[in-house]
Amino acid sequence: MTTEQAAADAPVIHDTYRPSGRDRAFGLIQRHGATAVLALLLAVGSLAFDRFPTGENLGDIAITSTFPAMVALGMTFVIITGGIDLSVGSVFALGGVLAAYAVRWGTPAALLVPLVVCGTIGLVQGLLIARVRLAPFIVTLAGLLGARGLLLSISHEGATTYLIPHGSALARLGQGRLLGLGYPVYLTLALFVVGAVLLQRTGFGQAVYAIGGAEDAAALMGVRVTRTKIIVYALSGTLAGLSGALNAARLSSGVTILGTGMELDVIAAVVIGGTLLTGGAGSVSGTIAGVLLLGVIQNLINQIGDLSSSYQQVVSGAFLAVVVVAQTYLSRARRM
Amino acid sequence: MSEAAVALPRPAGARVLTWLQNYGVYAAIGVLIVVNIGITPHFLSMENLRTQLVQVAPIVIVSLGMALVIGTEGVDLSVGSVMALATALLPLYLGYGVGPAILVALLGGVAVGLVNGSLVAFVRVQPIVATLALFVGGRGLALVLAGGQLKDVHNAALLDLGSSSVVGVPLPVVVAGALTLLVAGVVRRTTFGRQLVAIGGNRTASVLSGLPVRRVLLLVYVLSGLLAAVAGVLATARLQASDPSSLGLLMELSAITAVVVGGTPLTGGRVRVLGTVAGALLIQLVRATLIKHDLPDSVAQMVQAVIILAAVYAARGGAGR
Repeated sequence: MTTEQAAADAPVIHDTYRPSGRDRAFGLIQRHGATAVLALLLAVGSLAFDRFPTGENLGDIAITSTFPAMVALGMTFVIITGGIDLSVGSVFALGGVLAAYAVRWGTPAALLVPLVVCGTIGLVQGLLIARVRLAPFIVTLAGLLGARGLLLSISHEGATTYLIPHGSALARLGQGRLLGLGYPVYLTLALFVVGAVLLQRTGFGQAVYAIGGAEDAAALMGVRVTRTKIIVYALSGTLAGLSGALNAARLSSGVTILGTGMELDVIAAVVIGGTLLTGGAGSVSGTIAGVLLLGVIQNLINQIGDLSSSYQQVVSGAFLAVVVVAQTYLSRARRM
Repeated sequence: MSEAAVALPRPAGARVLTWLQNYGVYAAIGVLIVVNIGITPHFLSMENLRTQLVQVAPIVIVSLGMALVIGTEGVDLSVGSVMALATALLPLYLGYGVGPAILVALLGGVAVGLVNGSLVAFVRVQPIVATLALFVGGRGLALVLAGGQLKDVHNAALLDLGSSSVVGVPLPVVVAGALTLLVAGVVRRTTFGRQLVAIGGNRTASVLSGLPVRRVLLLVYVLSGLLAAVAGVLATARLQASDPSSLGLLMELSAITAVVVGGTPLTGGRVRVLGTVAGALLIQLVRATLIKHDLPDSVAQMVQAVIILAAVYAARGGAGR
C-alpha cells in the first residue's frame, strides 16, 4: 500500500522540481523583478532629472533607506518562516528612545540597552508563537501595543524627548560619513551579507526555509522548529531596535512618534522584493531591492517639485498591488 | 513530541477555556462595569454613558465589517484608509448637498472594497497583502484629494448626524446598533451568511460543493469597505472636521482586536457579531476606566496588549478541544 502511494506521489514531486525554460524565466522574474525595476527606475531618473544621479542625492537615498532596510532584513527571516512581525515599528521607535535615554551611561550602553530590550521583546514574542502556539499576527499585534506603551512610559507619555549630545561618539556613529555614505549604510550592507550567508549557507537558513515550506514536514524531518522560530523573532526585534538606535543617533534625539505604520511599509518592501507571504521562498537580496525601490520612488517624487509627498503613498500602494498580482500569477504558473 | 502533549485534551481546563472563549468578553464587561460603579465617580451618569457610546460607535461599525472578513479567513487592513478617503471626499461634494456627498463617500468605500475583493476572490492574493496595497495607497489618495489639509465642516445637516439624538440616544449609536442587528441577521439568517462561514471554514470544499465563492468574497470585502466609509462619515460629523491625515489611524488594529477579543477565530469559519460588539465595548471600557483614574495612555496600551493575548490564549484552548 505504502509503496503504491509512494509510486503515485513520486511523479508529482518530480514534476514540481523539473524546471522548464518557461518556469525558469518566471522564477527569475519573481526573484529578480524588483532589481530589474530598480535598475530601470534609476536609469529613467538619471535621464529625467539632473539632480537625481548626483553623489549627494544617491547618498541621501542610501541613508534614508538604510533604517527600514535593517528592519526589513529581520522581517525577511520572519516572513520566510511563514510568520509576520507587526511589532517592528513600535520596537524601532522604542530602540531610538532607549538609545537616547541610555546615552548618559556612555555610547556602549546606548547601543547595548536597546539591543537587549528589543531583542528580549522579540524573544518573548517568539516564545509565545513557537511554544504557546499563538498566531504570529496576534502576538506581534500585542507586541506593537506593548512596545509603544513601554516607550510612552519611558518618555513620560511622549512629553520628554531625550537628546543625544552633539559630538558624542553615538552621534558621530549616526551622522559620520565615509566616501559620501553614512556609517549606518556600511553597517547595513555588512548585516545583509551576514544575513544572506546565514540564510543560504547554514543549517539555520535551511531550517528557516523548511519551516516556511511545510512546518509539520520540517518537524517530522527533525528540524528544530521551535528553536528556529524563537531565534527568528528575537532577530527581528534586535534588528528593529538597532535600526531605531542608529536612527536616533542620526537625528540626535529619541523621537517618540516615529515608526507608526512602519511595519506595513517594511512588509510591503519585503513582498516587493519577491519574498512570498505564504513562507518558504524569498531572499535577502530581493529585500534590499524592495527597500531601495520604495526609497527611489519617494526620491523621484520629491524631485518632481510640486507633487506632494502624499503621491508617494499612492504610487507605492499601486506598485505594491501590481507586484502582488504579478507574483501571484508567476508563482501559480510555475506550480502548474 | 512535547507539542503533541500540549494539544491533548485537558477536560477541566479545556472546559473552563471554552467557557471563557464563548462568554469571557461578556463576563469581563460585567466585572468592569461593577468595578467602575464602585470606584469611578459619575460612571453611571447619562453624560458619561453617552460619551463612551458615541466614541465606540465608529469602532463597532468598522469591526462588524472586519468580523465578516475574518469569518472568511481574511483580514482587511485598509479600513482606516477607507475612513480617511470617506472624510476627504465629503467636503468636496458638500456643494451638491449632504445626500450626494455622503453617497460619494460611501461609494469610495465600495470602490476600495471592490479592489480588495477582486484581488482576493479572482486573483487569489492573500488578503493581508491585497488589503495592504490600499492601506498604503488609500490614505495617500485621501491626502491628495484633500490637498493634504484639514478642513472644518460647517454643513448643518451633516453636523446633525454627529450631534442629534433619537429618543435620547445619539444618532451614531443608533446607526451602530441598527447595523449590528442587520449584520447579525445576515450572518445567521441568510444564505449569504452561511456561505461566508462555509468559505472561511474550507474554501476548497466550498468551491467543490458549488458555492459562489468568488461572488461571496467580493461582497464581503465590499461590505467591509462600505461599513468603514459609514464610520468615516459619522466620525467626520462628530469631529466637525475632515482630517484625512489622522482619521482612522490604527483603526485596522482596533477592529481586529475587537473581533478577536469577541471570540471570532482568525482562522475563519465562524463569525460572532455580538461578541465583536462586546469586544469593542470592552476595549473602550478598559481605556475609559484607566483614563478616568489618571492612568496614562502607556498603561492603557499595555493592558490592551495583555487582553489580546489572553483572548487568543482562551481561543486556542477552545479550539484544541
